[in-house]
Amino acid sequence: MPRWVLAFLGASLAAQVAWQALHDAGSAPEAGLPPAPAARALRLASFSEAEAAARLAMVYLQSYRSPDYRRLIAWLESILELDPRSQYPLFAAARVYAETADPARSRIALDFVERQFLRDPKRRWPWLAHAALLAKHRLKDLPLARRYAQALERHAGAGNVPLWASQMEIFILEDMNELEAAKIMIGGLLQSGVLTDPAELRFLKQRLEALESRLAGEKR
Amino acid sequence: MPAATLPVLVLLRCVLLEARRGGLPWLALGSIAIGVALAAFVSQVALTESLALQAALIAAVLRACAVFLVAAQVTTSTLREIQDKGLELMLSLPLSRTTQYLGRLAGFMACGVLLALVFAPALLVWAPPAAVALWGVSLALETALVAAAALFFAMTLGQFVPAITATAGLYLLARSIGAIQAIAGGPLADASLPARLAQHAVDAVALLLPRLDTMTRTAWLVYELPAAGAYAAALASALLYILLLAAAGLFDFYRRSV
Repeated sequence: MPRWVLAFLGASLAAQVAWQALHDAGSAPEAGLPPAPAARALRLASFSEAEAAARLAMVYLQSYRSPDYRRLIAWLESILELDPRSQYPLFAAARVYAETADPARSRIALDFVERQFLRDPKRRWPWLAHAALLAKHRLKDLPLARRYAQALERHAGAGNVPLWASQMEIFILEDMNELEAAKIMIGGLLQSGVLTDPAELRFLKQRLEALESRLAGEKR
Repeated sequence: MPAATLPVLVLLRCVLLEARRGGLPWLALGSIAIGVALAAFVSQVALTESLALQAALIAAVLRACAVFLVAAQVTTSTLREIQDKGLELMLSLPLSRTTQYLGRLAGFMACGVLLALVFAPALLVWAPPAAVALWGVSLALETALVAAAALFFAMTLGQFVPAITATAGLYLLARSIGAIQAIAGGPLADASLPARLAQHAVDAVALLLPRLDTMTRTAWLVYELPAAGAYAAALASALLYILLLAAAGLFDFYRRSV
């Protein structure tokens, strides 16, 4: 083999590596998040491999450090429509995108979680429970937290969610100093017969007694 | 054993031998390695559902690899035989054309089944055995269907690029036809006459295709097992299409003049 062929191969390989290194091909995309494709388009593009495509799309979405939240939510909606049983989009919305320092962006992500919870409450309640906690502790928006807690209690149903989540509204009402309302809620729960677990009943009775003593103290 | 069975078995063995000597087992192992490596890489950046992500990715990669390997193997093997005049030599033997065609088809379908047998156990790390078994059986039938399609197109078209393009086109269209129908008949679809005609045209095309989007589904591995009726219907649809492709292939083979 002539030496120039080897030299040619070596030079072209070096040029390729240098070109790619200079253009930094591996970095995150600089342009903003593109508009979200429709779920049907994603399904078509993935040749009906919906489960793999939905998760890959989530990984792709993560590569944008500061995305436009309107577009981001549209992406999350499409991905969730592509694979409605995946928890990934709701996890990302509640645990990543809603925990931003910007309250306006956080509310956009929390709204998404609430909307999607209402479509499948039994499967998606953990994310609305987390949204209620974020609204309460991070946004300091107790009415919003109460709205989420009410939705949890009404739509997820007893038996599907643990005690702490289904009775979150009581604690939020206490924080809002709505002691009378909290007392009525606990009393209603105890009388409804929905709760059967002795530990849950004991806990709520203790809570009711504590509320009654606080109310009595306020009246004095 | 019926007299026609032995030549079919001989042809089947020849096809499998050629596949082994052509490096198909190594390509199958390479596919598994690529699938596992890709899934391991992507799951590193996943925030949640990393096991489901791995299972879904490996299943998708293995399914695509199995289909591609079978289509490429069938097309190259058949066309090489045609171009080397091996087929003409075979036709001069005292064997019926049915025996020759079905012998080759059985061999190529066995290649697909063996690939499915190798690929499915690789998923046992991420999915329960029952789900993997159902997925594997479905993949075996899917690759058998692809083998039948590739043999038909290779015999009919006689050139590599048209044959592999036709096979890939049929497969991808069969995988996407459900999504295409959903788009054509969506709530926002135009109600004009041309739009409705297009929708009917899509529905008509769907009648001529197998519903491969209902087969070898990743959801079986990631979520729950398929309903028995839906699973049986998907397999029956594939079997029916294999028979159709075999019949079409035989029809064309009998028309071929030596």
